[in-house]
Amino acid sequence: MAAAPTFRRLVLPITMAAVVAAVFSLLRFSSAAEEKRLSVYSLVANYSLPVVERNGQDYTGLLEALEPLGAVSATTEGAHWRLRYNNQPAEFTAGASRARIRQNNFDLRANFLLENGRGLVPLSTLGPLMSRILGGPVTFHEAARRVFIGSVAIHFTAQVNKETPRGLVMNFSAPVNPMIATEPGKLRMVFNHEPVVEPGSPSLTFGDNVIPSASFSEDNGAAEITINGNAPLFASFSNGNRTITITPASPSAAPTATPASGAQASGAGASGQPQGRGSETYPSLAQYFAVVDASHGGDERGEALTDQLAEKDVTLALARALRQELQARGITTLLLRDGDATITPDQRASLTNEKHPAIYLCLHASSQGHGVRLYTALLPAGGDNTGPLVSWDTAQSAFLPLSRAAADGLALELRRRQVPVRVLLAPLRPLNNISTPAVTVEVAPSSAGVSDLNSATYQQLVAAGVAAGVLAVREKLEAAR
Amino acid sequence: MTPRPLIIAVAAMLTIALGAGVYVWNMRRRALDEARLNYTSPVAPPVSGPTEQIALYVAYDDAGVLLPESASIPLPEDRQQRAEELLRALLNRYLGKSSPHPLPPGSEVRDVYLVDPGLAVVDLNADFANGHRSGVLVEELTVGSLVETLSANTPGITRVKFLVDGKERDTLAGHADLADVYDVANVGQMVNALQASQ
Repeated sequence: MAAAPTFRRLVLPITMAAVVAAVFSLLRFSSAAEEKRLSVYSLVANYSLPVVERNGQDYTGLLEALEPLGAVSATTEGAHWRLRYNNQPAEFTAGASRARIRQNNFDLRANFLLENGRGLVPLSTLGPLMSRILGGPVTFHEAARRVFIGSVAIHFTAQVNKETPRGLVMNFSAPVNPMIATEPGKLRMVFNHEPVVEPGSPSLTFGDNVIPSASFSEDNGAAEITINGNAPLFASFSNGNRTITITPASPSAAPTATPASGAQASGAGASGQPQGRGSETYPSLAQYFAVVDASHGGDERGEALTDQLAEKDVTLALARALRQELQARGITTLLLRDGDATITPDQRASLTNEKHPAIYLCLHASSQGHGVRLYTALLPAGGDNTGPLVSWDTAQSAFLPLSRAAADGLALELRRRQVPVRVLLAPLRPLNNISTPAVTVEVAPSSAGVSDLNSATYQQLVAAGVAAGVLAVREKLEAAR
Repeated sequence: MTPRPLIIAVAAMLTIALGAGVYVWNMRRRALDEARLNYTSPVAPPVSGPTEQIALYVAYDDAGVLLPESASIPLPEDRQQRAEELLRALLNRYLGKSSPHPLPPGSEVRDVYLVDPGLAVVDLNADFANGHRSGVLVEELTVGSLVETLSANTPGITRVKFLVDGKERDTLAGHADLADVYDVANVGQMVNALQASQ
C-alpha cells in the first residue's frame, strides 16, 4: 500500500527527466555546434585558426598560430615539444602546465597537449604566451577569440550626415572589406579579416529618425557592426574602402526580390562614389551603360587560388579596376557587388535586368591556364521563348549574337595588349538569365604564375583591355539597346 | 487515488518522450544510411560482354580542349548499363596515372537513367562533385567530356541532366551549372569553340 504513493511521487520527476533527456539528446543530435575559431591580426598577416575543445577547455595549435609571423619550427622528442621562433627556444611538455620560453618558466594555467606531433596550448593563456614568444605587445580579446599583435587595431568613427546626401558616414583608420547582409530594419557588416575594434562604447546613437543607432559586437574571431534603420539600408564604399556610407535605399535602388530570396545582400556601388543622395536625387539606374559583376562573395569564396587568396577577392579588385577604366572612357558603370556580400545568381540577374544596361560583364578568376577566357552563354535545353513571355532559363537567347560580337570586340582589344585570349561558351549562371548582351571574363595568370592575379599591374592591363573592348563595340550595343 | 490531471500529464509527457526517442532513433538511422551510401568503393570492373570500339571525349587541361580517343571495352547489351559502362571507362581514364584531367579520388558514376526519349540522367557521387577543382574552364571540360562521350556512343540522347548522390545540385564546383538540363547540340557547339580557340 505504501508503494503506490511513493510511485506517484516519483513518476512525475522521472518522466520529466526522461523528457528533458530526450529533448536534450534530440537537440544535440540535430544541431551541429558552430565551429570555434580564433583570429590573429598582425602587420604581417591576418588569419584564422581552428579552436578545439579538450578537457572542457579551448585549445589551439601553437605552431599554426606562429607560422605566418616568422621563422618557426618544432620537434618532438617523447613527451617534449621543442619550438624555435626566430631562433628563440621554447619547450613544452605534454601533460604539464609549465613551459620554458626564452630560458624562463611560463605557467600555461592548463596542461600542454601533444596530439600527433601537434602542440596544443590553452587559449586562456594565448595572449601572454604569444607576447612572451614574440617579444612584443599582444592584446587578446579572449571572449571573442581575437588576438591583436602590436598596434594593428582599426578604429572607426560614425556620424550621421543630415544634409544631402543624407546617411551614416563611417570612417575607418584602414581599408576594410566586410561581409554585408541586410534584413528588415538592420544592415550588418561582419569583419572576418580586419582588426576592427569597439569605438569606446558598444552602442552608438545618432538621434536620427532614419538611422537611429548602431552597435558593435565581437564573437568567434569576428567583429560585427549592426546599423539599425527605419528604412531599407544600402552600403557603398569610397576613399579606398576607408569610408562606408550607409544610406536609406530608394525603392528603385533596393535589390529586388528574387526566386531564391533570403536575407538580402546589398553591396552595389556606382562610379566609386557613395550612393544615396536622398530619394529625390538618386541617379536613374537605367542610365548605366555597363553592369560589372564581381562573381562569388561572402560565404561563397569561389576557387581557392592560393592558400591565402580567394577568387572572390580577386574578382572584386578586378571589378573595381574595370569600373575605373570604363569610367575613364566615359562609360557609366554599376558594380553589382562592391563589398564582401553574398548574392545569388538569381539576384544578380534580377538586379541587372532591372537596370537595362547595354552590357553585362561578369568577372571570374582562375589559377588554371594563361591569359583571359571570354565566355558567352551555353543555353540549356528547353525554355523556348514564344510570345511575350521569356523563359528565365533562356532569357539570354535573343541577345546571344550581340553577346558574341561583344566578346569578339573585347578579345581584339585584349590581344592588342598582348594578352592571350580564348572566346568560348560556358554553362555558367547567371549568363543565361540576363536579358541584355552578356559576357563572362575569366582571368587566368600570365606567365608569372598565380601571383599575377593579385597584381595591380596585371589587373589594370586586363581591365584596360576589357574597357577598350566595350568602347569599341559601344555603338553597336547602344544601337541594339 | 491518483488525480486525473496528473495521469493525463504523465501520459502526455511519456508520449512526448517516446516520440522524441523514436525521432532521434530515426535520425540516427538515416545518418547511418547516408554514411553507408557515401561510402565509395573502387570503380567496379566493366560487366562482361562483347568488346566494342567506343570514342571517349577526353579533356586535356594543358590545352583546354576535348579530344576524341578510341577505346575497346566490353559492353553489356542493356542500353542503360552500356551508358554507365561508357562513363566508367571515361572516369578510369581520368583516375589513372598521368591523367590529362585529374578527378578527385573516389569519383564515380552511380547510375545513368535513360528515362525519357532523348533524356539521360547521370547520377554522380558526392566525391566527384565535392572534390572537383573549381573554375569555369576546368568544370566545363568535365561536363563537356561526360556529355560528349555519352551522346557520341549512345544514339538518341539529346539532353543530359546531372544529379549528385541522387539530388539536384546548383553547380559542379561553383561554376558549371548543374541545375539545368544540357542540350547535346549546344554542348557540341561548346566543344567546337574549345577546339577552334586553341
